[in-house]
Amino acid sequence: MSPSNRPYLYLILLMIASALFSVGVGAVFIPPGVVVRMLLTLLPGVHLQPTWSESFSAIFYQIRLPHTALIALTGAALAGSGAVFQGVFRNPLADPYLIGVASGAGLGAVLGLALNPSPQFGGLYTVPIAAFLGALLTIAIVYNLARVGRSVPTTTLILAGVAVSAFATSLSSFLMLRSNEELRRAFSWLLGGAIMGGWVPVLAMLPYIAIGLGFITLSGHTLNVLQFGEEQAQQLGIPVERAKLILILAASLTTAAAVSFAGIIGFVGLIVPHLVRFIWGPDYRRLIPLAIIAGCSALLLADILARVIVSPQTIPVGIVTALAGAPFFLWILRRAKDQAYW
Amino acid sequence: MLKLDSLSVSYNGEPILSDVTLSVSSGEILAVIGPNGAGKTTLIRAVSGVIPMRKGKIWVDGIDLAHLHPIQRARYLAVVPQARNLPSSFSVYQSVLLGRTPYLGWLGRTSKNDHLIVERALEQTRLIPLAQRRVGELSGGEQQRVLLARALAQDTPILLLDEPTTHLDMEHQAVFLNLLRELTPQKNLTILIVLHDLNLAGLYADHVALLFKGKVHLTGKPADVLTAQNLSRVYNVPVNVVPHPEYGTPLVLPDGKSKRSGIKTQDLKS
Repeated sequence: MSPSNRPYLYLILLMIASALFSVGVGAVFIPPGVVVRMLLTLLPGVHLQPTWSESFSAIFYQIRLPHTALIALTGAALAGSGAVFQGVFRNPLADPYLIGVASGAGLGAVLGLALNPSPQFGGLYTVPIAAFLGALLTIAIVYNLARVGRSVPTTTLILAGVAVSAFATSLSSFLMLRSNEELRRAFSWLLGGAIMGGWVPVLAMLPYIAIGLGFITLSGHTLNVLQFGEEQAQQLGIPVERAKLILILAASLTTAAAVSFAGIIGFVGLIVPHLVRFIWGPDYRRLIPLAIIAGCSALLLADILARVIVSPQTIPVGIVTALAGAPFFLWILRRAKDQAYW
Repeated sequence: MLKLDSLSVSYNGEPILSDVTLSVSSGEILAVIGPNGAGKTTLIRAVSGVIPMRKGKIWVDGIDLAHLHPIQRARYLAVVPQARNLPSSFSVYQSVLLGRTPYLGWLGRTSKNDHLIVERALEQTRLIPLAQRRVGELSGGEQQRVLLARALAQDTPILLLDEPTTHLDMEHQAVFLNLLRELTPQKNLTILIVLHDLNLAGLYADHVALLFKGKVHLTGKPADVLTAQNLSRVYNVPVNVVPHPEYGTPLVLPDGKSKRSGIKTQDLKS
């Protein structure tokens, strides 16, 4: 294996380990060895003598496994889109949460659910589209508020993000309070971070995240050129307006799909791309895929913490990411001045 | 060969450039000079396609670039901007390799040929020893050479340079412009360079275009354009022009009288 591929190996190993633990941790701990055996029986043609009970296997396949998949996809989506927002805005503090896209997506999702007659079934598959529209509207507003001439300064971006985010969040809260009991429970994920269970949310977010992250992963070169500024990028042959639009659409779609079912989780999209950039350099062709893989592990680990810290109670994973992320945010804010590795 | 044919640019209805007609032959350097606000930088931006033109044509070897897609235009024209706010953690090599962008797809997959061209550009700009350094660690003069190398890697017949020497000290100004002077005939480049420093324009350019209020006031050999009479009128300050002791090129000096009238030397430069 060439040295340039080694980061992928490390991060994939970390992701597998975090996923095994994520599935294992809970009221009943399943050792990683058993998890692997239980997973192997899913493969066609593999017949292992089960050492676990029937009810145990129901918990595993219907609760633990989809939960882990949802968390991993969400982490990947947030880290990937965070890296893109940082690259497009050339701003080290851009993050789907901090620039308000996540809250806008949340508002879109709430509206989508509120207007949907049967949120339990097929209706769930359309929630990401509503969230996507909410995310796009937010980013259009924030970008235009924050722009000073041709650049988007850190301070105005964050201020506009916070303001628009607060507005969207209060609208969401208002809608939730006005809704009926059943919907209110469905909404509670948004603020409380109580994540929806079962395979339906996973399947509903998967296509959107796959498309969004697919585009994002292929855009590393374009993001590299954009780091010289929009004018130079165009002089180097990049159709800048179109490239920016495609990148923002892809990142917003990805964020929206994650927010639709995992709620608003902050700082993952900020921390993960920064750590990857710090360790393996600023080349977006590597940074993006590495951030996506690292994002899975980061959110899986945060989620494990959220479940064990005050066990048997589970705290929202967004609390864990904010506890770790807010100090990190301040650290970057100070560092952004000297731009040592940005 | 680059020809600008009555190029005009407006901003909010105000004309910034009107009917700019210029031509530069292959292997030649044309220096564009003029006071602040004359439209020098606007000229570079309009020719490189980042701001729209109201009218006019840009001919490169018989092809009108005015309405070309950015990727096609970038195969004819490369721009060397002032080295400011470069992505500091990119390596020199990586930055220069991005000069190949007009020949790569969205994915940016590079071929062996691309790397050969980049290595040659690094060699020509004396950057080989710095190739693996981060751009942020380099001096201003070195960063400016990285941008020149990137433009050379773009492998275009035309190079546009926007005040590349303004923030460099004397040594780095000389290094940069000597390099340009040497590469121009060698690679048969067509160079349009905006210069703030009239003496550098006199020393290095084959032709000079004096821009004033968005129009070409005069164009010709440095000795014909850089005269005390022309410059005093356009820059609105009395100047003396004397021949360079070694090369005979025009040297522009602030007039002695200007001191008495309260104008200091640095006012001429800023």
